[in-house]
Amino acid sequence: MGGDVSAPEQGCALVTGAARGIGAAVARALSRDWPIGVNYRADERGATGVAGGIERDGGSAVPVQGDVAASDGLDEAFAVLEQRFGPVLVLVNNAGVRADALALQIDDAQWARVVETNLSGAFRVTRRALRGMLRARFGRIVNVASVVGPRANPGQANYAASKAGLVGMTRTIAAEVARRGVTVNAVAPGLIDTEMTKDVAERMLETVPAHRAGTPDDVAACVRFLASTEASYVTGATLAVDGGLSA
Amino acid sequence: MPTTITPDQVEQRMTDALVEFGPEREQIKRDATFEALDVDSLDLAELSQIVEDEYGVKFNSSDVEQLKTVGDAIDFIVAKSG
Repeated sequence: MGGDVSAPEQGCALVTGAARGIGAAVARALSRDWPIGVNYRADERGATGVAGGIERDGGSAVPVQGDVAASDGLDEAFAVLEQRFGPVLVLVNNAGVRADALALQIDDAQWARVVETNLSGAFRVTRRALRGMLRARFGRIVNVASVVGPRANPGQANYAASKAGLVGMTRTIAAEVARRGVTVNAVAPGLIDTEMTKDVAERMLETVPAHRAGTPDDVAACVRFLASTEASYVTGATLAVDGGLSA
Repeated sequence: MPTTITPDQVEQRMTDALVEFGPEREQIKRDATFEALDVDSLDLAELSQIVEDEYGVKFNSSDVEQLKTVGDAIDFIVAKSG
């Protein structure tokens, strides 16, 4: 175990946007270490399925509804989790949306929707979670960024801006809270095989050095490491999980 | 939330909170400045969160800047909660 860090005995992990795709895989991976809040906005069925699967495998999980784009969207979710499992000590900001178009054609609503969910939403949930983490002198925040932050992908100016913003936020908050045992990191997935990327998969595949799309489990394993006690000296970092796409 | 909070109660709670940030209990007096106690901006942000949760008194970041000593903070909380 790295350093002499141990996790508090009471606490849980919250994964936003965990009803499917990367979020669901992250929830399952973290459930080996923590009770899980499986956050969803609209896909109740998906979230219930993820939580049920975790419970069947011997873990603890509860679906918690809440829209990260609303200013108090996750208050109720935090209340439920704190009451049931103790403070949220691991937060994975995964909830994200796309509204692709060339910059000339992105209207204000498409811009705002993506930035509000992917960036502002992550900030608000982080701010809320930090309270408990600072008091516990332990916390792990992992933001799910994207290779489309450092690397151009025409048609995604709003998405790229939100994800690049997430990386900047990661670094700054990491520096603010490092001395309290709270780490803040990001993962930057490349082409991952999910419903959200179905339409872009084929045209991007040939540019990936690994010659395959990643799986949600590839990303989840990295998130699990960053959320572990062993990673206590890793903070402010962005870990690319992209089969060499950004290499 | 209690309806009336006495300065003594606030001083006690604040001392308990500040001790967790590093300073010795004996150093924490009304006229001690946060700077002298080596209580930094993150500590004050955390302290204001505790105060908000327990006394329902909201500090914003400019309020925090005005509060130089332990006594300033106690008086602020008592006044706002009254």
